[in-house]
Formats: sequence, structure tokens, C-alpha cells
Amino acid sequence: MTEKRTPPRYRVSARARRDRLMSGLLLLPYALPFTMFILVPVVVAALLSFTFFDVINRPVFTGFLNYITVFTQDTVFMKNVLPNTFLYALVVGPGGYALSFLVAWMLTQLQRLPRTILALCIYTPSMLGSVFIGVVWRAIFSGDQSGFVNYLLLELGLTDQPIQFLLTRDYFMLIMIIVSLWSAMGIGFLAMISGILNVNEELYEAAYVDGLRNRFQEIIYITIPSMKPQMLFGAVMAIVNAFNMGWIGVTLAGANPTPEYAGQLITNHIDDYGFIRYEMGYAAALSVILLLVVYLFNRLAYRFFGEKEEAAA
Amino acid sequence: MRRPVRKPRRSAYSGSRINPKHFSAGQIKFYLLLLPLAAFMVIPVIMIVNRAFMSLGELHAFPPRILASRFTLDNFRALFQMSSTTGVPMSRYLFNSVVVTALTVLMNLLISVSSAYVLSKKRFRLREKLFSINQLALMFVPTAVAVPRYIIIVNSGMLNTIWAHVLPLVAMPVVLFLIKQFTDQIPDALIEAAVIDGAGDLAIIRRIIIPLTRPALATAAVLSFQQVWGTVEASNNFITDDSLRTLAFYLNAISTNNAVSAAGMTAAASLILFLPNLLIFIIMQSKVMNTMSHSGIK
Repeated sequence: MTEKRTPPRYRVSARARRDRLMSGLLLLPYALPFTMFILVPVVVAALLSFTFFDVINRPVFTGFLNYITVFTQDTVFMKNVLPNTFLYALVVGPGGYALSFLVAWMLTQLQRLPRTILALCIYTPSMLGSVFIGVVWRAIFSGDQSGFVNYLLLELGLTDQPIQFLLTRDYFMLIMIIVSLWSAMGIGFLAMISGILNVNEELYEAAYVDGLRNRFQEIIYITIPSMKPQMLFGAVMAIVNAFNMGWIGVTLAGANPTPEYAGQLITNHIDDYGFIRYEMGYAAALSVILLLVVYLFNRLAYRFFGEKEEAAA
Repeated sequence: MRRPVRKPRRSAYSGSRINPKHFSAGQIKFYLLLLPLAAFMVIPVIMIVNRAFMSLGELHAFPPRILASRFTLDNFRALFQMSSTTGVPMSRYLFNSVVVTALTVLMNLLISVSSAYVLSKKRFRLREKLFSINQLALMFVPTAVAVPRYIIIVNSGMLNTIWAHVLPLVAMPVVLFLIKQFTDQIPDALIEAAVIDGAGDLAIIRRIIIPLTRPALATAAVLSFQQVWGTVEASNNFITDDSLRTLAFYLNAISTNNAVSAAGMTAAASLILFLPNLLIFIIMQSKVMNTMSHSGIK
């Protein structure tokens, strides 16, 4: 039960009423599209997930059938999609996150000019967009001898035949992860740089007097605790990024599904069922599972970096 | 007997090494790690930029080349001359993209700044709740609700209108979040003074909030621009009329459909898509860094 704080019954002045009305009006332009395209879709997805819906006929209520099907019948989901998603999300999420922090920290150990140049270089891939990323990496991992990697491998004598990097399952996930990490140093990474630069210098000084010994301790005991807000922001961005990058496999392979489902993530699976097979109810069940997984990951991040009341919420 | 005053033991602290003013030998190890990393990050970019300007012969040369030996604009010319199967010229896609992006970014900033002002400076009961709903929505994954969004678009009659591009993106939780965090730092006294001087809410937003949150607005603009400019969600799902689709969609289609035959054109296409992003980021760079230091989740 939430405790209601009823204000004492003063006569609400006309001015206060006008003020409240104005606040509502100012919130509305954001609240409307937010409700319409974020809140309602989530609710609709949750409702549809209990139905069979093929876009043409009315949805038919089927109870938990979709969820049962996901976990018992859908072999592609259990054998490929789920393990792929977890592997990918773990490496690109926490992995990319740790990498951003380390790189950001190293950058702050340099002077301003080299730091800015290097940071721009490292940030660049994150603003390329899907078209660019597809073009670049398809050229690099092209399956014939004109692909850069194949050319190098052939020249160095490491292989005598060009490898079909993007058409077979062997290297597909690895390439997806490399490409994702490459493009993951985005706004969260910039937040970390500023966060580290803003830590109060006296804190370090005081800590060394108190017996801090090396830079590793410096990071663990001073830097990270004093930039928790930025760490949390970076973590949220990293998690969302990890689950939003599903298009990368499809872009690299040029088709959905990816070769032998090697790079099939849950978002691709949703697209596959929703927009290729038009089994919207089933796709909605998958969406609900995805949103729940993302939510769980985020709760974990808040546990680590959130302030107390946030962690309890 | 009094003990002699002990001199404080020299600690290991030798001045902060964060943001140093001069080069020191200790930095060499960082350069050794960071330089190859930076190279790994930018070489693919340099490569594609060069491929956009390569002649056809050079593009398919063996061994593959990274740098163009002679710059030609043939790829760009070919790209502009080629119109899609439905006969929509590229300039139309460009026009659509510019309109959609400008409209979305502008609306996005305006509605976020007004909501940020209310959530930050007004006292009312639902304030915290509303903001935490927005914070929860930070982790929203649009693909997950592509289906319901499609249903909503169809039922509201927005299918094949410009609003199908704009409205789904206009409320960006991360943008509201950034601007609100920044607005929190504007002292309440400033607002109170303005109220005493008779300023209404709109005047406060226009004369106080917007000027003082400029860095956050710049960052938000960069973020919002990047998302809108490159997205193909609306063109793919909510638009069936080719003449209403965006440049990103068109260039994406070219690059996935004829990956081999149009290597030069796709490179040129991706360069066209990327350049505005880079320009905007470079222009706003210092403001972005300034915002990021205040942008944490507290």
C-alpha cells in the first residue's frame, strides 16, 4: 500500500490550479507519444503474447500456449537463439562495458590533445550506423580472395583456400562480437571519460595518505565509487546496446535468418516470426521474454552502481 | 618525556596522474595499448571512405587496396543517377530524410525540455513516479515491440504518412533523462526570481531553461540525430509507399541487394549517411563532453 499524503484542505487558489493545469499541458506533448509508442506497445505485446494472431484474423486467446511452445517446441530458440543471445549479450554487454571503462581510464592518463584525438578515433565507429557497418565488415570478411582478411591469411600462408566467413557458422558469432565491440564505444564511453576526469583530486591525495598503494587500488577504492552515476549510465547504455544490436548479424549475412542460425539473436527471431511469418502472437511472447531479460540485467546493474534507494526500488 | 614531532611520512602520492599537463615516461605503456586500438577503430572507416572514391577497376583490384590512388566521383554520380525500381529519384529519399530528421529532432528537444522543466522544478505528487517510469524506459528495446507498434500505426491511420516516421521516435527516454538531470542543476532561486518578475512557464523555459541547458540540448541533439538519421524501422515496417521512405532505407537496400556489383556505390552511400553524423558530433564535441560529466544516474 502506498501511503497517501493528502494536503490539508486549503482552498486551492486559482493561481495554484492554473499552475497545475500548465504543468500538465507542458508534460502532455512528451507523455502522449511516450504512452502511445512505448507504454501501450509493451502492454499490447504482453496481451498479444497470450493469443494466436496472424494480422488478418482477430487474435484468438490461447493462454500460455505461446510461452510453452517457446520453451518446449521451438528447437531453434532453445538450441540456437537462447544460447546465442546469452553469449552475445554477456560478451558485448559486460565485456564491452569493462573495455570502455579501461580505455576511458587509460585515456584520462594522457594530456588533453592526444586524449581528444584518440577518444574521437575510438568513438567514431559508434556513430556509423548500420549501413556503414555492414559495408565495411562485409568488405573485410568477404569470402573470396579479395576480402582483406582472406587476402592476409592467404599471403601469410595460414590457409590455402579463402574462408567463407559470413556464409558458414564457424566464425560467424566471433565476427559479430568483434564488430559489435568495435561499434560499442558510444555515449556511455564518453560519460566515463568525463566521470573519471571529474573525480575530486583531493580524494586521491587523502587516500594515499591513508595507505593506498597503487593505481589498481586507486581505481577500485576511489575512481569507481566517486563516479557511480556515470558508471550506472554506462551500464544501462551497454545493456540496452547489447540487446539492440540484433541487426548486426542480419546485416553481415545479408539475410534473416543468419547462416545455420549461427548469429540468430532473440531480436532476429522476433523479426522472423513477426514480419516474415506473421505469427504476431508468438513474436509477442518472444518480445515479452526479451523485455524481461533486459529488465533483469538492468536490476543487476542498479544493484552494483545505484544509490541505495534505487537498489531497493 | 615528549616524543619528537614526527615528520609526516612521505606517501606514495606523487600528484594526480589524471589529466596530466606534460608527457611522462609512465604514459608510454598506455600509448602502446591505445594507439593500436585507435588504429583498429579507424582503419575500417578510412578504408570505406577511400573505397567511395575508387574507380571500378581499383575496387576489384587484386591484391585489395586500402587507399585510393586516384580520386574519382564516379560512384557518387552513379548513385545519384540510379533510381530505384519504382522510379523514385534519390533526391526524393534525401528530401524525406532531411524533413523527417529535422522534424523529429526539433520536436524531440522541445517536448523533452518542457517535460524536463516540469519534472525538475514543479512540485506535485506524481513527479518521482513519472521520472522513474521514464528511467525504466531507458532500457526499452524498440524491436521487442515492433509488432504492437505496427498495429497502433495501422489503427491510427498513420500508415504511409510522415508521422509514422516521426511520432514513434519523438519521445526518447534518454533525451528527457539527460535534459532533466541538467535542469536539476539550475538553482531554484533563479526560477523563483523570474516568477516574481511575472514570467510565466513558457517564458521561463524560453529565457532560463533553454539557454542554461544548452550543452545538454546539444548532446541530446547529437543522440537524437544519430538515431533518426540512420533508422530504417519506420521505412521497413510502417511505410509501403516507396516515395515516402528515407535515404537510410534506400542506401541500406542498395547495399544489401547488390553487395558485390555495387561495391563502390554502397561505399559512397554509407559515406553520405555517415558524414552528417560526424559533422554534428565535431561541432558539438565540447558541449557533449561537458554534459556527460553531469549525466549520471543518481
